[in-house]
Amino acid sequence: MPKILVDDREIEAEEGSTLLQACLNNDIYIPNLCYVEGMQYPSSSCRMCFVEIKGQDKPVAACVVTVRENMVVKTETETVRRLQRSALRLLLSVHRVDCKNCQANKKCELQRIAKFLKIGLKPKKLEQYLKEPEIVQEHPCLDYYPNRCVLCGKCLYVCRKQHGQSVLTFAKRGFETIISFYGQDDESKFECEGCTVCVDICPVGALIMRDL
Amino acid sequence: MNPANHKKIDQAFGTIHAEALQRRNAFKTAPVPKIHIGMATCGIASGALETKKAFEEVLAERNLDARIHTVGCLGHCYAEPVVIIDHPDSGFPPIFYHEVTAGKAKMLAKLFIEEGDPRFEHVYGAMEANDLIPSVMDFSRFNMEKRIVMEKCGYIDPEDIYDYIAEGGYAALVKALQSNPDEIIQAAQNAGLRGRGGAGFSTGRKWELAQKAAGKDKFVICNADEGDPGAYMDRTILESNPHQVIEGMAICAYAVGASKAIVYVRAEYPLAVKLVTKAIRQAEEQGLLGSGILGSSFNLEIDVFQGSGAFVCGEETALFRSIEGYRGTPRHRPPFPVEQGLWDRPTVINNVKTLASIPPILNKGADWYRNIGTENSSGTAIFSIVGNVVHPGLVEIPMGVSLRTLIFDICGGIPNNKKFKAVQIGGPSGGCLNEDFLDTPVDFDSLTAAGAMMGSGGMVVMDEDTCMVEVARYFLDFTQHESCGKCTFCRIGTHHLLKILTRLTKGEGREGDLELLEVLSADIKNGSLCGLGKTAPNPVITSLKYFKDEYEAHINEKRCPALMCRALTAFYFDLDLCARGCDACATCCPVDAVFTTRNRKKGVDQELCVKCGECVVACPPEYDAVRKVSPPDLVPIIEKPSEKT
Ligand SMILES: Cc1cc2nc3c(=O)[nH]c(=O)nc-3n(C[C@H](O)[C@H](O)[C@H](O)COP(=O)(O)O)c2cc1C
Ligand code: SF4
Ligand code: SF4
Ligand code: SF4
Ligand code: SF4
Ligand code: FES
Ligand code: FES
Repeated sequence: MPKILVDDREIEAEEGSTLLQACLNNDIYIPNLCYVEGMQYPSSSCRMCFVEIKGQDKPVAACVVTVRENMVVKTETETVRRLQRSALRLLLSVHRVDCKNCQANKKCELQRIAKFLKIGLKPKKLEQYLKEPEIVQEHPCLDYYPNRCVLCGKCLYVCRKQHGQSVLTFAKRGFETIISFYGQDDESKFECEGCTVCVDICPVGALIMRDL
Repeated sequence: MNPANHKKIDQAFGTIHAEALQRRNAFKTAPVPKIHIGMATCGIASGALETKKAFEEVLAERNLDARIHTVGCLGHCYAEPVVIIDHPDSGFPPIFYHEVTAGKAKMLAKLFIEEGDPRFEHVYGAMEANDLIPSVMDFSRFNMEKRIVMEKCGYIDPEDIYDYIAEGGYAALVKALQSNPDEIIQAAQNAGLRGRGGAGFSTGRKWELAQKAAGKDKFVICNADEGDPGAYMDRTILESNPHQVIEGMAICAYAVGASKAIVYVRAEYPLAVKLVTKAIRQAEEQGLLGSGILGSSFNLEIDVFQGSGAFVCGEETALFRSIEGYRGTPRHRPPFPVEQGLWDRPTVINNVKTLASIPPILNKGADWYRNIGTENSSGTAIFSIVGNVVHPGLVEIPMGVSLRTLIFDICGGIPNNKKFKAVQIGGPSGGCLNEDFLDTPVDFDSLTAAGAMMGSGGMVVMDEDTCMVEVARYFLDFTQHESCGKCTFCRIGTHHLLKILTRLTKGEGREGDLELLEVLSADIKNGSLCGLGKTAPNPVITSLKYFKDEYEAHINEKRCPALMCRALTAFYFDLDLCARGCDACATCCPVDAVFTTRNRKKGVDQELCVKCGECVVACPPEYDAVRKVSPPDLVPIIEKPSEKT
C-alpha cells in the first residue's frame, strides 16, 4: 500500500489505484465529472480533477495518475484552482442554469463543484451559447437535455458495462457534440429496457426517465 | 547474424540491383531525347496531364523518337508544370522549363526536340554546369537547399521500383538486414534524428522503447494523415518517392521486431494512396517485403489505411482509434503507443519524413547526418512556404538556417515591393512571429522558444496588408472546427476564442476582450487533453503579444490598420483624381454601388458597397483614384444626386 502525501496529510492508497480515487477514498475532495471508480481507461475529458505533483511542472489530471510511493500532491494551489474555475465557467457558459426546474437540483455535481470553488452558477464574463432543441426525445423512454449535459460520457460507460454494449453514443463533433441513441431499428444493437443506470450516474440532470 | 545469411541477402539483392542498373543504363544511353514531366498532384493541378498529352501528340504526329519519363515533384510550386528536357544530340545540357503548358509543350517538341533550338526565352536554367546556359544551381532557390528526404523526388518515376533501386534504393534495407537491430537503433540515436510529425521526439529512443516493450505482434505505422491546411510535403514525398518511405518502414520494423505495418494516408490523397499501394506491390514482387525478405528470416506485411480526413486523426492515439473502427478521439497518454498502441500492441508511429530519413542515415552514416543541421536538431527540415513570397513551394534546408535566409534568399522575398509583416510557422496551431524574429534559426527548440513550433512545417509569409486579428481568427476557425469535442477546454474554450475574434474583426470588440483572450488562451493551453487543444491558442497568444496595437485599434478605434477587415474599411473615389466621364469602376461593380456625381465623377454608395475591391482593379492606373480607409467613417461625404425620373 503506497503512502502518499496529499496537502501535507499522509494517506495510504491502494496499490495501482488512481490518485483521484485515493484522494476521494480518504475524504479529500477533488472536483471531478467524468471519472467512474474502476475505469480502466479514464476518459480524462472534463479536465476538472487537476492537482499538482511535486517534480512535475504543470498540473495534471488526477484521474489518469497511478499512485506511487511517496508522491507529494497539492490539490489546492492557485494554478489548480484557476484551471478548475475556468473549466467550470466554460461548462456553465453552455449550460441552461435553471435549477429550480431541474430534477438534479440539490444533488447536482455542478452545483457541488461551484460551491466548492466558490463561484456562482451564472458566469459573468463569458457569453452563453445554448443548443436547440432544449429537450431531445428520440429515445423511447429517456429525455435528453443537451443544455444540461456536460459530455462526461459516464452514461455510455455504465450502459456498456451493464449490457456489454451501449445504446448511448457521442454524436457530432467539436462544439456540436451531443449524446445520441442508436436507433431501435439498428439490429446489431440491443433494445434499451430502461434499466436507468445512465440516469443514475449522470452528474447533472441531462438524462431523465420520461413519465410514460 | 551469420555470414552465410549475409551472402544470401547480397545475392538476392544483387540480382534485382543488376536488373535495375541495366534498365537505367539502357534508358540513359538510348540516343534519344528524354522528357521528364513532374506528375505529382501539384503538377497535375497545374495541367501536367495536358502537357504530357501535348508532347505525346506532337511526338506521334511528327514521328519523333523521344522518351517521356513521368517523375514526381521537385517542390518548385511557382514553376509548375515543370519539364526537364535532356536532348544530348542538341549539344545542350538537360534543361529545366517552367510553366510548360500544352501549347509550350508542343512548341518545345517541334523546336527543341525536332530542330534542336532550346528557345532561350523559355529556358529556366540548365540542370548541370555548362558554358551555354546558366545553371539552376546558380539560383539560391536551388543551391541553398539540402536535400536528404526529397533528394530523389522529381528525378525518379515513383511507379517504377527499378528507378529507385538504380539510384541506390533499398541498399539501406540490405545493410539493415545484415546488422543487429540494436545497431540500427543506435544509428538512429547517434544521428540525433527527431520526429518530423511535430513534437520532435527522439526517433532512436522511440524505437528502443518499442523494441524493449513486452508483447508480440508489434506494429509500425507511417503517419501520413497530414491534415494541416497548406502543408503538403508528406503527400509530395509519397507521390514522388514512396519507396524511400517504405524502405524506412521496413528498417524500422526490422529494428523493433514488428511484422505488420500500416501507412495511414488521408483518403483525400487519392494519387498518394494509389502510388504507395503500387509501390508496396512492387516491393513484394521483388521480395523486398513479404515473408523471408531477401532470403532472410524477416517478414513484413505493409497495408494502406485510408483515413477519414479529420485533422485530429493525425494525433497518434486518435489515429489508432480510427483504424480500430471507432470515433477518432485522442486519449490520455501514458500509456504511450510504444507500450500500448494500435489494438493495445506496442506500436511505433512515425511521420513520413522521419521514416524517409532512415535510408540515407544508414547509407551515409549517423555521423554524416548528425553533422547536418544544429547540435540539438540534426538533419534537414522541410517547409511548405506559401503566402506572400516570390517563390512559394517545398523547401528542404538544413536545420538552423535563419528565417530571413529562408524567406528572403531562398524564397525570393516579398512580392510587389511590399514590406514583410509576419510569418506563421507550424501549421494552424503555430505562432505568428514579427520581423524581430527573422534571425531565429529554424530548429525545433528555437522555434518553440519563440512561441511558434516546427509542427508540420507549414509556413505562411504575410506582408503589410495582412491583418493579424483576422489571421488569428482564420486559424482559430480551422482548429475550432477540428476539435474532436472530447474535452472541456478545447471544445468550449476555442469556441469562445473564435467568437471573440470574429467580433473584433467586425468592429464589435469590447473592453476586457483582450484580457479574456489572454486568460482563455492560457487555460486552454494548460487544460486541454491533447496536442490540438494545447496548441490551438498559439496564433492568438503570439499575435496578441507581437501585434497588440492592432488588436487595440480594432477595439478602441474600430480601425483595421491593415485595411483588411471588411466591416472596418470603406472605399471612396478621390474626386481630385477621378477622371470626369470615366466609367471603368461603375461597369465592374457587382452591386451597382458606384454612382455618378453632378460633375460626372464617381461616388460610392456606402450602403450598397460590399467592399469587394473590384473598382480598385478597374480604375485605370493613370488615375488611381480609389481609396480604401479605416475606420469607415473617414470616407468623405459625396452627395448622390437624387434619381431623375
Ligand atoms: C491534432 C494533431 C494532429 C497531428 N497530425 C499529425 C499528422 O498529420 N502527421 C504526423 O506525422 N503527425 C501528426 N501529429 C503528431 C502525432 O501525434 C505523432 O506525434 C507523430 O506522428 C509521431 O511521429 P514522429 O515521431 O515521426 O514525429 C499530430 C498531433 C496532433 C496533436
Ligand atoms: S444540471 Fe445542475 S446546475 Fe444545471 S440546472 Fe440542473 S441542477 Fe442546476
Ligand atoms: S447525459 Fe449525463 S452522464 Fe451522459 S454525458 Fe451528459 S452529463 Fe454525462
Ligand atoms: S484537446 Fe480538443 S481535439 Fe484534443 S481531445 Fe480535447 S477536444 Fe479533442
Ligand atoms: S468595392 Fe466593390 S462593391 Fe464597393 S464600390 Fe468598389 S466595386 Fe463596388
Ligand atoms: S475526472 Fe479527471 S478529467 Fe474528468
Ligand atoms: S510543385 Fe509539387 S508541391 Fe509544389
